[in-house]
Amino acid sequence: MTRIDTRTGGAAVTVRGLVKHYGETKALDGVDLNVREGTVMGVLGPNGAGKTTLVRILSTLLKADSGQATVAGYDVARQPRQLRRVIGLTGQYASVDEKLPGWENLYMIGRLLDLARKEARTRADELLERFSLTEAAKRPASTYSGGMRRRLDLAASMIGRPAVLFLDEPTTGLDPRTRNEVWDEVKAMVGDGVTVLLTTQYMEEAEQLASELTVVDRGKVVADGRIDDLKAKVGGRTLRIRPADALQLRPLAGYLDGLGITGLATTTVDGDTGTLLVPILSDEQLTAVVGALTARGVTLASITTELPSLDEVFLSLTGHRASVPQDTAPVDDREEVAV
Amino acid sequence: MSAATTTAATTTVTDDARISLRAHLRHTGALVRRNLLWIRQDPESMADALLMPVIFTLLFVFVFGGSIGQALGGGQDRYVQYVIPGMIAMMSMTLSQGVGTGFSQDFNSGVMDRFRSLPIGRGSVLFAKISVELLRMLFATTVLMIVSVAVGFDITNWPGLFAAVALSTAFASSIMWVFLTLGVIMKNAQSVQAMGFLVLFPLQFGSSIFAPTTSMPGWLQAFTDYNPLSTLADAARGLMVGGPVAHDLWVTLGWSVAITAVMAPIAIHKFRTKS
Repeated sequence: MTRIDTRTGGAAVTVRGLVKHYGETKALDGVDLNVREGTVMGVLGPNGAGKTTLVRILSTLLKADSGQATVAGYDVARQPRQLRRVIGLTGQYASVDEKLPGWENLYMIGRLLDLARKEARTRADELLERFSLTEAAKRPASTYSGGMRRRLDLAASMIGRPAVLFLDEPTTGLDPRTRNEVWDEVKAMVGDGVTVLLTTQYMEEAEQLASELTVVDRGKVVADGRIDDLKAKVGGRTLRIRPADALQLRPLAGYLDGLGITGLATTTVDGDTGTLLVPILSDEQLTAVVGALTARGVTLASITTELPSLDEVFLSLTGHRASVPQDTAPVDDREEVAV
Repeated sequence: MSAATTTAATTTVTDDARISLRAHLRHTGALVRRNLLWIRQDPESMADALLMPVIFTLLFVFVFGGSIGQALGGGQDRYVQYVIPGMIAMMSMTLSQGVGTGFSQDFNSGVMDRFRSLPIGRGSVLFAKISVELLRMLFATTVLMIVSVAVGFDITNWPGLFAAVALSTAFASSIMWVFLTLGVIMKNAQSVQAMGFLVLFPLQFGSSIFAPTTSMPGWLQAFTDYNPLSTLADAARGLMVGGPVAHDLWVTLGWSVAITAVMAPIAIHKFRTKS
C-alpha cells in the first residue's frame, strides 16, 4: 500500500516554508518539517506557538498563505479530497457528535468514508471493542467521561485505517491516569504502523510517544531532531525537592537561584505539593543543590528528578521564556475550543 | 501537477477526486440518519414543532378570533378560515431557523471539523440538514392541520392545501439560506436564534398572516404589501379557502427565487471558507 510520492523520499509528511498570518499575528512563519513514514513526530510548543494551525493546514481545514505541504504524497492545497482519505484527526477540536451514541458516531463516519453498511457496522463494533467502549456503545457520547471521549475520538479517526494520524494535544485537560490510558492506545496504534504527527505542550508526552521532536515557538521551528539528541542538547532535568518544613519554600527558592548553581530557568514553588522545582543541567548541579541545602541545615523529606519542564526546554533552545505559561487553559491558538 | 503523477501507485482507494452522485447520496443518507438520531436522543427538540402550532392556533383563534372575525363580517369561525392558511406560512418561517442554530452548534462543537476532514462533499452536510428541517416542518404542518380542524377549519380543497404547503416549503427553503448564513457567521446558536427572532418577528406580524391589512396605517400597509409573508399567506388562503391566487403566488415565487439567488451563493461561500 504505497502512496508515497517518490519526490518526498518516503516522508509521510513534508512541510516547506509554511506561512499563515492572522492580521498581525504570525501563527506560522515559515515552518519546515519532515515526518518519516511509520514514525511519531512530536511537535512541542506552548499555547499560541502555531501547533493547531499547523495541524489544521495539514488536515485541509485551513489554507496556508504560502508554502507547501504534502501528506502521504498528496498536496494539501491541490489534492485535499485524496488527502482526506488517508488521514485521521483527533484532538482538541475534530470532535465526535455528543448527541449520538458511541456506536452511531463510528458507524456514521464509516459510511461517510464509503464503507458498505455491513463493513461499517463491523468496523464500529471492532473499534469499540478495541478502545474498551463496548459497554458504552449505546450511550450518547455526552455521558462519557473525558477519557472515554478521547478514546472514542481516537477510534473515530481510525475508522478509515489512516496512513497518517494527526493528534492535536490528545491529552490536554485529562487527569494523569486517563492520560496514561490514551498514551497506551496511541502506542498501540503506532505499533500498527501508522505515521503520527502529535502536538503537545508536555515534554513528558513527547518523550513517551515520539521518536523525533520539532520544537516550535511563535510560528517558527526553533529546534528539531531525535528526542535523545535534543534532550542531550537541553541537558536538563527538574529536581523536585520537598523540605520537611513547607514554610521555607519561598526563601529556599530565592536562596538557590542566588547561588547560581542551577539550570537556566528559575526555581519555582509548587504550593500544592509543598515542593521546590529546581532546574538542573547535570549530576554535579544535583549534588551541589543538595549540598547547599544540607549546608543551610534544611531537612529534606523527599527528592525526585523529572524531565525538564517546557520552560527549561524553551530557555535552553530559544534563550527566552515560553510566551505563555504551560499550565494555562487547554487551548492553543483558537478562541473557542470544545473540550 | 496532475493527480496522476503522484497517485499512480495507489491501490486501495479510488483516486478520482470527484465524488459520484451515489456517494453523495450515501453521505447525505448517513448525515440524515445522524440528524434523525438527534431527535430520537433528544425528543424535546421536537417540542417547538409540536407545541408551536397548537399554542399559536389556540391563542389566536380564541384571543383575537372573535373580534377580528367580526371585522371580517363573521365571527370566530370566520377568523379560523382566515388565519389557518397564514399559520402554515408562519410555521415554516419559524422552523427554518433550525438550519441556522443546528449549523452553529456543529461548528462550535467541532463536529463540523470532523466532517470537513473527511472525503465528502460539503453539500452533503448542507442537504442532510435541510432535508431533516423540511421533515420537521411537514410534521409541524400536520399537527397544525389537526388542531385547525379541531377548532373548526374546513378542509374543502385538498389539492389547494397541498399546493399551499408546497408553496410555504418552497419559500421556507429560500429563507433557510438566510439562516444558514447566520448559522455560519454568528458566534453561537443563541445569537442565531436572537437574530432570527429580530428578522422574523416584524416580518410575521407586519403581514396579513394574523389580520387583514386594510385597517393598518398607510406606511405600514406599504411595508405589508411588499412583505413576502403577506403574499405567501394570501396565496395560501386563496389556495385553501378560495379567492384570487395568481398575483400573490407569482410574487411569492419571485421572492423565493430572488432570496435564493442572493443568499445561497453567500451562504455556500461562507460555509466553504469558514475555518
